[in-house]
Amino acid sequence: MSGWAILPVDGAAHARGRRTATEIRVTAEPVFVARELRKIYRAGEVEVHALRGVSFEICRSEFVVLLGPSGSGKSTLLNILGGLDTASSGEVRWRNHDLVHATEQELTRYRREHVGFVFQFYNLIPSLTARENVELVTDLVPRAMRPEEALGLVGLEGRLDHFPAQLSGGEQQRVAIARAIAKRPECLLCDEPTGALDIDTGRLVLEAIGRVNRELGTTTLVITHNAVISRMADRIMRLADGRIAEISVNPEKLAPAELHW
Amino acid sequence: MRPLQRKLLRDLWRLKAQVLTIALVVASGVGGFIGSLSTHASLVSLRDAYYDSARFGHVFVAARRAPQRLEAAIRAIPGVVDVETTIAGNVMVTLPDTVESMTGRVVALPERGTPRINRVFLRSGRWLEPDDAHGVLVNEAFARARHLEPGSRVTLLVNGRFESLEVRGVALSPEYVFAAAHGGFADDTRFGVFWLSHAKLAAAYDMEGAFNSAALRLARGASVPRVIAALDRLLAAYGSRGTYAREDQPSNRALSQEIGEQQVFGTVLPAVFLAVAIFLLNVLLARHIATERLQIAALKALGYANRSIGLHYLALSLVIVGLGTLIGLGVGALLGQWMTQLYTGYFFFPVHAWHVEPWILAVAIGVAVLGAVGAAAGAVRAVVRLPPAEAMHPPAPAHFRRTLLERLHLGRLLPDEARMILRELERRKLRTALTVVGVASSVAIVIAGTWWGDAFDRLIDIELHRRERADVIVALTEAETPAALHAAARLPGVLAAEGSRDVPVRLRNGPYQYRTNVTGLAADARLRPMLDADLKPLLLVEGALLLTDRLARRLHVRPGDALWVEPLEGTGQPRLVPVALETGDLMGMRAYMTRRDAAALAGDSDNVNGIRLRIDRNRLGEFYERARSIPVFASIGDKVLMVRHFRATSRRNLLVFTGVLSAFAACIAVGVVYNSARIALAEHAWELASLRVLGFTRGEVSWILLGQVGLQILVAIPIGCLLGYGLAALLAELIHGEEFRIPLVILPRTYAFAILVMLGAALASAAIVRRRIDRLNLVAALKTRE
Ligand SMILES: Nc1ncnc2c1ncn2[C@@H]1O[C@H](COP(=O)(O)OP(=O)(O)O)[C@@H](O)[C@H]1O
Ligand SMILES: [Mg+2]
Repeated sequence: MSGWAILPVDGAAHARGRRTATEIRVTAEPVFVARELRKIYRAGEVEVHALRGVSFEICRSEFVVLLGPSGSGKSTLLNILGGLDTASSGEVRWRNHDLVHATEQELTRYRREHVGFVFQFYNLIPSLTARENVELVTDLVPRAMRPEEALGLVGLEGRLDHFPAQLSGGEQQRVAIARAIAKRPECLLCDEPTGALDIDTGRLVLEAIGRVNRELGTTTLVITHNAVISRMADRIMRLADGRIAEISVNPEKLAPAELHW
Repeated sequence: MRPLQRKLLRDLWRLKAQVLTIALVVASGVGGFIGSLSTHASLVSLRDAYYDSARFGHVFVAARRAPQRLEAAIRAIPGVVDVETTIAGNVMVTLPDTVESMTGRVVALPERGTPRINRVFLRSGRWLEPDDAHGVLVNEAFARARHLEPGSRVTLLVNGRFESLEVRGVALSPEYVFAAAHGGFADDTRFGVFWLSHAKLAAAYDMEGAFNSAALRLARGASVPRVIAALDRLLAAYGSRGTYAREDQPSNRALSQEIGEQQVFGTVLPAVFLAVAIFLLNVLLARHIATERLQIAALKALGYANRSIGLHYLALSLVIVGLGTLIGLGVGALLGQWMTQLYTGYFFFPVHAWHVEPWILAVAIGVAVLGAVGAAAGAVRAVVRLPPAEAMHPPAPAHFRRTLLERLHLGRLLPDEARMILRELERRKLRTALTVVGVASSVAIVIAGTWWGDAFDRLIDIELHRRERADVIVALTEAETPAALHAAARLPGVLAAEGSRDVPVRLRNGPYQYRTNVTGLAADARLRPMLDADLKPLLLVEGALLLTDRLARRLHVRPGDALWVEPLEGTGQPRLVPVALETGDLMGMRAYMTRRDAAALAGDSDNVNGIRLRIDRNRLGEFYERARSIPVFASIGDKVLMVRHFRATSRRNLLVFTGVLSAFAACIAVGVVYNSARIALAEHAWELASLRVLGFTRGEVSWILLGQVGLQILVAIPIGCLLGYGLAALLAELIHGEEFRIPLVILPRTYAFAILVMLGAALASAAIVRRRIDRLNLVAALKTRE
């Protein structure tokens, strides 16, 4: 990693005076830029403020972990970054794509061309084999990997023709990762990818994600409840009650194998 | 193959039982539509081709005795292309070794071969020689029914003289596709058509150089009413018995009515089937999409556009409907061929080629595709509306609330299982409602297919028992003085005798007119009482008319209005007669007057040309023995035989119809019940497995699931009975022709049959689902959280 830049951070975390960061180093080339991002869900009379003014930048090839208590707005933020949902106000851009004012079609194109998703519940198509689940994506974009190659990257070259029901949870999640990376996305967004897995399986999954980040230079955001995982990251972003509580830089990035739960 | 296509195929395979049941319902609709409409179109074109090749007349006229030279004058009427005169008459028929009395019509053949108009087709044997005084050709229907063939003998009572004749050949004529005694039912076994040599009939009826019947062919575009008016003027002086166009020709009228019914059956019932199929598909897709919410959201997140995902589900619908349509095309072709063959055999058409017109296929396929799109529309809309962010959420637990029963504090009365069932049904209000509608429709369809038996029984009861109290109806060759009535009353076995007078008339009210018979009866006629639609007796009064209610409507008159009555026979003058009341006859469109009034119309005082008799059935043989030899008796109709024949033919047609419809309805019933049970099972597999783990027995678990289905069926049955009644009423309304009205009567046995068919289908479906519950793999079920 070269040339870190200065990133402004919100006042709350600053005031709490933890290791913050008026001087956090990030890579020179910001790909995600968010300013005063707000998201309000309306359910009948009730308004839920899921994001209350969030600003940050994420640079190319960065590995960022999102931490925070349940309900703090992590998924909401990830969904907005991935073009699954739109913000109520503020700004988010992916390079020069405005994600706040984009139309449904533009968002679909954005997801198709730039983003890879890994979901907590894998969301594989049960009637398709591992290979076919990956094909779903390689079919959509030019310059994609071959499904076999993507599955090889996550160590599943032996399970190409298994249906999801014939795979363990960890294997299913690795298929989901293969599916997400097969199109060589510029960013990989994972919402609690190890949430439903045991430690060892979770580690395998994380290894796969880390490897993609290292070898393909994919900008990676991972939501987790597990602070240990954050030791794999370049930076850690903590959310609390819809705000960024803290952004910290990881002094020494560990490989997944070195993580201790 | 693209991954989504592969998913489609695997989903179809996984849902195969449901796919097949729905496809069968679609097939029933498409098959019924194509079968009925292609039969209709085939019969219409066979009929028209037959009429064309036989040069069937456009206008027909009958007279008492018209001189041959009139032919030239008729030919000169503008628009007339050809005219052919002949001699025809009604006869009594006796066959060796047959006691019962039969009637028939004799028609003179030209010197050589067939007439130019109303060509006769020889089916077997040979033509008559010009001077053949002992030979006769017989129509095929009668020949079949009575096993007559060249060489057989028949005895005809022609104008008071017995003629013993030998059958030379068997023939067909477009004029007698439906051979029927005047005003009676078509009865091939008791009414024959006989062609004799012209010389023979001319001698028998004393018609040398004269004719009493003529058929005309008109130029294309000629005005039929104008030709009829000109003919009436020409023949007025020769005892015209009326002129009528092809539409009113009795055989053609009956034939067209019967063919027309195909169109009603071919459109109403398939529409019901298709509606049910769309409903089933709709539920299946809604359920399918609900289980695949996360997959759909994931596909969207991966960058699949709404359109491709929507198309994926639309394709599922299209494949199911396409499969059904394909089966339906086959079923329709078979059904069409079979029915066309059945009918052409019944009508004795000389050829019976089935064909299907491209538009019928196009409409069937088009409607099916529209249905598929319609069924998928809701599902596709749900797909489009589903936010992709959903993929990030865990599946949300369903919302339940306390049921109405519980809110009414009756809940405590129910066991746990019942509460679960009720909550589930209430939560899925729409689907519950749709299932109920689906089950109800199949009950309704069985009813619509079987109630005809009840209706015909009622029809027979009303028309042939309550309105017609005579045992035997005698038609006289000519109007006779009441002395003939007294003579009849003295025949052996006769308990009572009443005379009637039929006069062919044209009824006219401004622009509306109709040709029928006025029947003159004694004011206190007991063998033919006048009854209104509610079977309350009506009184015949001097100087007034009673009309069949349908005829009154056709002529746009009501009681109190007056009508012009023009006699088409005899020397009477047209007169303006007030309409007194309406009768509720279910068959025929008739007018009634007192016998004296009718006779006055015809120009005499009180003559009769029909006699109704009550007879001691033990002395029937004796009666026939004597009656058959009375020359003025043109025909003797036996009511018991009439009823028996009517029953037999209507039952034959009904059984086919009922069978086909019940099979189709069973498809629907199985489709609906099986699908709703399967869907419920899929949705609850997890829950049911959990209950099993908690220690519920298989029986208890099955009861929760099948109880839901059972409850829906229980609710659906009464609704289905109501719907069936409505559908029967619709069919009766659409099918009722001018000639008859079908009474809307559905007996308990019909409801019971429909309910049994439904329950049978339900039990079969339940048994299959129960087996699945028993084999429910606990581990797998608990793993697949939907
Ligand atoms: N679709 C939604 N409708 C209404 N409220 C929502 C919706 N999604 C999330 N929320 C609310 O927004 C807040 C943030 O949710 P989320 O981003 O899922 O939190 P996290 O992922 O950090 O647990 C929560 O209070 C949640 O209840
Ligand atoms: Mg979350």
